[in-house]
Amino acid sequence: MNQIKKMTSHHLFLPVFALVLLLIFNAFATPGFFSIQIQNGQLFGRIIDILNRASILVILSMGMTFVIATGGIDISQGSVIAISGAVCCSLIGGAGDGTTQMPLLLACVIAVIVCGICGVWNGFLVSKLKIQPMVATLILMTAGRGIAMLITKGQNITVYYKPFTYIGNTIPGSPLPTTIFIAAAMVVLVVLIQKKTSVGMFVQAVGINAEASHRTGLKVTSIIFMVYVFSGMCAGIAGLMESSMIAAADPNNAGLNMELDAILAVALGGTLLTGGKFYIGGSIIGAITIQTLTTTLYALGVSSEQLPVCKAIVVILICLLQSEQFKKMFAGKAEKKAVTQI
Amino acid sequence: MTGQVLLTMRGISKYFPGVRALENVDFTLRAGEVHALMGENGAGKSTLIKVLTGVYPKDGGEILMDGKSISPSSPLEAQKCNISTVYQEVNLCPNLTVAENIFIGREPRKAGRIDWKTINRRAAELLKQLNLEIDVTKTLDNYSVAVQQMIAIARAVDVDAKVLILDEPTSSLDENETSRLFDVVRGLKKQGLGVVFVSHFLDQIYELCDRVTVLRNGELVGAYEIEKLPRVELISKMIGKELGDIQSMGKNDAAERGEVLIEAKGLTAFGRIKDFDLTVHKGEVIGFAGLLGSGRTETAELLFGVAKPEKGTLKLGGSEIRFATPLDAMHHKIAFCPEDRKVQGIIGDLTVRENIIIGLQAKNGMWSHIPMKEQERIAEEYIKLLQIKVSSPEQLIKNLSGGNQQKAIIARWLVTEPNLLILDEPTRGIDIGTKTEIQKMVIRLAREKQMAIIFISSEIDEMTRTCTRLAVLRDRKKVTELSGDEIYPDRVMAAIAGGV
Repeated sequence: MNQIKKMTSHHLFLPVFALVLLLIFNAFATPGFFSIQIQNGQLFGRIIDILNRASILVILSMGMTFVIATGGIDISQGSVIAISGAVCCSLIGGAGDGTTQMPLLLACVIAVIVCGICGVWNGFLVSKLKIQPMVATLILMTAGRGIAMLITKGQNITVYYKPFTYIGNTIPGSPLPTTIFIAAAMVVLVVLIQKKTSVGMFVQAVGINAEASHRTGLKVTSIIFMVYVFSGMCAGIAGLMESSMIAAADPNNAGLNMELDAILAVALGGTLLTGGKFYIGGSIIGAITIQTLTTTLYALGVSSEQLPVCKAIVVILICLLQSEQFKKMFAGKAEKKAVTQI
Repeated sequence: MTGQVLLTMRGISKYFPGVRALENVDFTLRAGEVHALMGENGAGKSTLIKVLTGVYPKDGGEILMDGKSISPSSPLEAQKCNISTVYQEVNLCPNLTVAENIFIGREPRKAGRIDWKTINRRAAELLKQLNLEIDVTKTLDNYSVAVQQMIAIARAVDVDAKVLILDEPTSSLDENETSRLFDVVRGLKKQGLGVVFVSHFLDQIYELCDRVTVLRNGELVGAYEIEKLPRVELISKMIGKELGDIQSMGKNDAAERGEVLIEAKGLTAFGRIKDFDLTVHKGEVIGFAGLLGSGRTETAELLFGVAKPEKGTLKLGGSEIRFATPLDAMHHKIAFCPEDRKVQGIIGDLTVRENIIIGLQAKNGMWSHIPMKEQERIAEEYIKLLQIKVSSPEQLIKNLSGGNQQKAIIARWLVTEPNLLILDEPTRGIDIGTKTEIQKMVIRLAREKQMAIIFISSEIDEMTRTCTRLAVLRDRKKVTELSGDEIYPDRVMAAIAGGV
């Protein structure tokens, strides 16, 4: 009994449990869900698809986790994704003969830097001007797509330069999509930061008690500033992957509502939206779970218009499971049951 | 005029996972008495009160109010049973008016609408009964904590209370405010209310209370008439050992001064302090004596970079310095252990280890991470040194008792190896045993490590025991300095009061 309690109260329990549940469901409902084929040394299958798409969300949710840990939120991520795609695609250019105006790597780096600057803006508003994070990032959320539109001069830019599509798909000869490698590299980077620096502890301290942190010598302002810059850069990398998948910059639809999925992934991973303790591992599994859910629903024939309804139900379930009051109600019932049994 | 028995708690028990918070505790309150509830931290005072007010369900025993058995399951239900509580931290809304605060949730109505006239009139009347004539249409944050405290009492009393629980009501009041509060309590007592008074201040218990119930480790030690119980005996009942230790501690009479460490000249910041001069030498313990609001904390904050002085200079080792942030001050080997432990000190959801090393880590910068092994070694060393009671260094600090939290915060600053340690009310709200330990530690640090210490406290006894020099502050100015033989309670009191 105690061991069960210990297990269920672990912060990774909820996302892992949800993921396992989804996988079991799929094993029965979707034939061939787990099958993986090898063609030309390349792996194909639903699982690979999920991981491919989830990589974007994993990267976004890592950025979001740090922001939320400081007690903030970044709802501009989706728009920053659009900006990233717009910058990169317009730098490469839409030449029909498949050439590029600029080395691919340089274009990508510039795009990520521009998104970092978006993060600088958010961080400046939140940490220096002390504007509420929701409002501060709302500015870029609404303005961001306009900026992306300005960069592409009001059009969707389609890129014919082949190597650009490798980012969101597969480099010829590689067994797995590039996205998975990028996400894995980001995860390793974040884990290293966690283990080898005090960033994690400082971010948590600021989220738990900013006043005490300041009096203990923490640079509260720059820590908050930093997490928004990091979030912006994460959105930048995600934007490259997103636009590479469709080989185009789509200012209107790229990354639309992705920030909400990222927030959901963080919440599912056990990090409280009030800030403080955060769980990167939980966010990563949360992101994969959400992508699995999306893919599952598509596989079941749920249309993309109805998808948000299903996600909403999941959100409600998560909120209920995290609510102390709900747990109390539940515990109260169980207790009463136990009493009547005696 | 103590009357018949009003409230009886019999055989109360309360268990938390792995902890026995209360075991078979009895408590009796008569009408028209002020009854002190005393015990060290963790003795079970607050648990008993929370059981009484329905915050925690009890695991055993019964509560009788006027002879009838009650079992409130929420503070609201307790209120319906005529039990009202005023908590240590005033829980009113600072942005509402005084009258709104008193009547919130039970506003008198007229024709379906809130009757503001009646609310304001009745609020004024109510406060007048407590000898408080203030503008009830102003928002609460216009008034001092003491007045807010009384407004909270007014609200508590107006809901037909028969039992009023005051949980550490004086911990943020100065002497004047306290005596005003006591007048109010005495008035209520005359009206036949039973008052439960929880406080750490012995003087106040002896001044105000009729009887005292002492708890220790969740068990009842006994209930006594306060007049028949000498102080020393009360203390030894609370800590459960003879008291020679505390009494024999004696004074800190280190006469020699080390070299000059820090020199403040004409420090001025509006609303904080005016023309403050002070020279701090190595190895001395300087007390800032004065009433609450006399500028003690405010001055200390200037020395630590929490606030910036508008005028004046600060010299460290002969060269002039300016602190923009606490981190600057930390780099100059100054440490500041703040007054408000909960808000300014602990980082609740972090572990004891993290709370101890975070100061040093902040000083090193976030990229030069202290390796985990080293962190554990430091944490364990200081937990042992200061005898912090923890189940493991990985326990969350918010789950420690107040005294142990305080020790952990002091540990945080000792880890940074400061030359000047500022302790602002380090013993407030913690038990007597720990108080003595902290006082001894202060003297030891000054003597053995030649650390300079600025010690701020409202308890004059404590100051006279530990300090080698006292800077006396009044109305945001330093009025005098006392040293050597001049440091004894009466003299200090006179200096604070202004009769020098």
